[in-house]
Amino acid sequence: MKNNEILSQIPEIGEVQIQLLEKLSNAVSVSGEESEVRSIVMEEVKEFADDIRVDSLGNVLVTKKGKVDDPVCVMIAAHMDEVGFMLVDDEGEGLFKFEIVGGIDNRQLVGKPVLVGKDKLPGVIGAKPIHLTTADERKNPIPLDSLRIDVGPGNSKKCKVGDRATFATRFETWGPSLVGKALDDRLGVATLIELIKHTPENIELLAAFTVQEENGLRGARVAAYSMHPEVAFVLDSTPANDLPVWDEEENGRYNVKLNHGPAIYRLDAGTLSDPRLINHLVKVGDDFKIPYQFRQPGKGGTDAGAIHKQRGGIPSVSISVPGRYAHTAVLIARKADWDNTMKLIFTSLAKFNRDVLSVDR
Amino acid sequence: MTELKDTLKKLISLSGLSGNEAPAREVIRAAWEPLVDEISVSPIGSLHALRRGTGPEPRPSILLAAHMDAIGLMITGIQDGLLRFTEVGGVDPRILPGLRVTIHGRKDLPAIVVQPPDYLLDPTQRGKSVAMDHLFIDTGLEEQDVNDLVRIGDLASFAQEPLELSGKTIVGHSLDNRISVAAITYCLQELQHMVHTWDVWAVATVQEEETLGGGFTSPFEINPTVAVAIDVTFAKGPGANDWRTVGLSKGPTLAWGPNTHPYIHKKFLDVVEQLEIPYQKEYIPRHSGTDAYAMQVVAGGFPTMVIGIPLRYMHTPVEMIALKDMERAGRLLAETIVRLEVDFMEKITWDEVKDEE
Amino acid sequence: MKSLIKKLVETVGPSGYESKIREVVRAEVEKYADEISVDAMGNLIVKKGEKKEGGLKVMLSAHIDEIGVMVTHVDKNGFARFTTIGGVRPHTCYGSRVRFLDGTIGVIGGERLENANHVHAIEAMYIDVGAASFEDCPVKIGDVASFDRPFEDLGNRLVSKAMDDRVCAAVLIETLKLVKISPHELYFVFSTQEEVGLRGATTAAYSIDPDLGIAADVTMTGDTPRGIKMDVALGKGPAIKVKDGGMLADPKVVDAMVRCAQKHEIPYQLEVLLGGTTDAKAMQISRAGMPAGCVSVPTRYVHTPSEMVDINDLNNAVKLLTAFISEPIKLA
Repeated sequence: MKNNEILSQIPEIGEVQIQLLEKLSNAVSVSGEESEVRSIVMEEVKEFADDIRVDSLGNVLVTKKGKVDDPVCVMIAAHMDEVGFMLVDDEGEGLFKFEIVGGIDNRQLVGKPVLVGKDKLPGVIGAKPIHLTTADERKNPIPLDSLRIDVGPGNSKKCKVGDRATFATRFETWGPSLVGKALDDRLGVATLIELIKHTPENIELLAAFTVQEENGLRGARVAAYSMHPEVAFVLDSTPANDLPVWDEEENGRYNVKLNHGPAIYRLDAGTLSDPRLINHLVKVGDDFKIPYQFRQPGKGGTDAGAIHKQRGGIPSVSISVPGRYAHTAVLIARKADWDNTMKLIFTSLAKFNRDVLSVDR
Repeated sequence: MTELKDTLKKLISLSGLSGNEAPAREVIRAAWEPLVDEISVSPIGSLHALRRGTGPEPRPSILLAAHMDAIGLMITGIQDGLLRFTEVGGVDPRILPGLRVTIHGRKDLPAIVVQPPDYLLDPTQRGKSVAMDHLFIDTGLEEQDVNDLVRIGDLASFAQEPLELSGKTIVGHSLDNRISVAAITYCLQELQHMVHTWDVWAVATVQEEETLGGGFTSPFEINPTVAVAIDVTFAKGPGANDWRTVGLSKGPTLAWGPNTHPYIHKKFLDVVEQLEIPYQKEYIPRHSGTDAYAMQVVAGGFPTMVIGIPLRYMHTPVEMIALKDMERAGRLLAETIVRLEVDFMEKITWDEVKDEE
Repeated sequence: MKSLIKKLVETVGPSGYESKIREVVRAEVEKYADEISVDAMGNLIVKKGEKKEGGLKVMLSAHIDEIGVMVTHVDKNGFARFTTIGGVRPHTCYGSRVRFLDGTIGVIGGERLENANHVHAIEAMYIDVGAASFEDCPVKIGDVASFDRPFEDLGNRLVSKAMDDRVCAAVLIETLKLVKISPHELYFVFSTQEEVGLRGATTAAYSIDPDLGIAADVTMTGDTPRGIKMDVALGKGPAIKVKDGGMLADPKVVDAMVRCAQKHEIPYQLEVLLGGTTDAKAMQISRAGMPAGCVSVPTRYVHTPSEMVDINDLNNAVKLLTAFISEPIKLA
């Protein structure tokens, strides 16, 4: 396909796509109980997919056949789950002890409204009044075992121990920003849904909407095994820590920056991305003048950490939309970064062929 | 009642931080205007509403004070498009990370309080509850827009929307102390079909959270016979279970201590006992932390009393109250007011008063 | 302006002992005053003008007291132990000199420290006036002194003790001289005992009973290396107070001052001070309350013997106050 032809086919990020992201962001799908996002995904993709199945862990595995002979089988993964809570003890009067599912800093919990259980019962995480605290006490975070989810004293029968809960944040747009909970990784999910709706014809798309990423990349592992792709791209969101440093020195540990485009991974705690895929992304990005950035090599990880080790090994790379304040009640990402992520992944797929992998890694 | 609940929800959806109470005041004025004979605003912004009694002039009067100001944040600096801030009123820094706020700049902007990753923080802050001057507010806007829209001294109010939880409880910010404003409103509604000899001054005071400024000034102008502060008190809940706390939904509190006049206390006690209104006692050995502390010593001094409404999670964005407690407090005020005889004050005898259980 | 400031800051006048500085101020303002009085707290109250159509009764206050020390005991060897008047911090004391009301000079020394890197507690220091014995010592229990440091002119920047708040006394004096036509009844109050709790302004506000209260005082700055995080700097204009540790300025007053500064193209800054407070707090809650605000002069090293201000900020503060009180004040 010619470059200008490809350009004309890039799915756009418009009102409809942002409405889909809103629906996905507001849905509650804590690791291990992803049904709400799963049903949104299946509803969205059913008329575009050649095959859809839900595997034993709850991953949604979608196949969209290529329009050419012997298309390259490309897996693209985005995780459906989010960090959250599980109620673990009922203390009566609407007060529940809870545990954290996934990684959330304790310091992000206090004073937040939450949604509990399938019926999304409203509740809150309160704190002792400042008037009853000491100055020393206020210097240390409130330990988790002192916090409770409170659904009100009237009727606690509507929720029970074992129910999941998450922050009650509702999605919004603030100027150039997308603001909501769980945009890690609903941004990836929304991007992948768009790719199923608008697939470059040269590839066979194996789309994996995975579960339990926040609980140890468990969904991606079995999805990659059963899909058995030739190559894998992972769509995720990574923290933009581009904030001022306390002493106003230069911030050399920003991970990624907002407004600098999709973040391409070289190294994280789980994966050394396949350099052939990195080079492909960079070349396509440069050719099409799509802004991109490298995620600072470091800790953290994506589904690629599980995918690239399946069977005989699967060449893998991750691309993330930068987002500030991941794993808190609110993540802030830029529309422009999402748009450029969509552009980069679409063009990279459209330009992909087996030559990219013909040289040894 | 639904109407009062709606007014309350409107009230706790507003800003009206200490020193800038106008947004709340206008809603309260609209709620009180049909219920009173006169209404005015004091030089520092407290709302004074008079409902005249039937007694012969000069009539004694009772001042019911509930502060309408709210705690919040104030912008102190702008750095790389992010905002630095301090507190207005007492804010525990541990409630801040992830807090939704509205910046009242050249226009209202939604925003959140954010905590930088530990490694970008001063080493003394890492892993700790991060002090306010190391946190930022992020509006999601580009730097230039932030510089155009926000200036130092702008306020940021909590943006938590009201929630109705089970057990007829309401959750939101600034229920401290707008729930007490609602209780006074309930009282004024009750008084519409009751006869009272005393004048009733409903007062929504300012700056309680910072300086007790309203409490120090309104009695000077009104010169009441008795002054009652209605304020929230600590309800038992996670982390709060000692002697200073009372039960949520178990009735308003009658305070007892140096900021309460024993004879006035007894009057309220007689009324709750007679009408079997559920109530609780609150013992305050020193400073009551309410407008009564200020009102008591204005000019030549006033007999004061404190009625409390139990509230969980005070000074967080998710304060919780039971509507029942507010209604009972309002009813208690009205029923006490109608039982104030014209010569009530003359009957005060210091020797006889005991705190009878 | 500079010579006036030198005269004011070099006069001794700790809280409660403002008679000398009051006489210096009185000499400056006498010929511009309609009425002049001294109240029970020692406040110097200068009245100018009558309230006209659209005018207000306005109280302007700058405090003339300063921080200092008071002798608590003189030992047999003639060393004088002392306590503080106002916010004197121990690390500014050791090695400093003090001047008593009668002119006696003393130097502050301290007991031996276990760790030389520690700071002497106030109780571990004493004033040495050069006496050999109790009998020989010219100071006695209850005597007061202020820190002694000459005024230095560094060009735009000026350094001295007691810039807090004598520079604002100078600002009010200059403003008084410049106000020609005003719809307002103006009370210039040179207040006492601010440093120990706004005591002079409290009583002055009660007796004057104005419609509007404006304080003039110093504020801190955030423009020094690794200093406090505060967006006020020297030389960028007077600061219009929004909030400090003790008060919230009336937003209507803040807006009126900002509008005035913008209209007259006077540089200004907005001040949110995390500690400390000023006379405006006392005015705000006097009687039934009043709208109150404050014009602040950015000052480095507040409550040390070397407070630094910028002459341009002072001149602009005079301009701002003069403009503000020469016109009808719209508080809306």
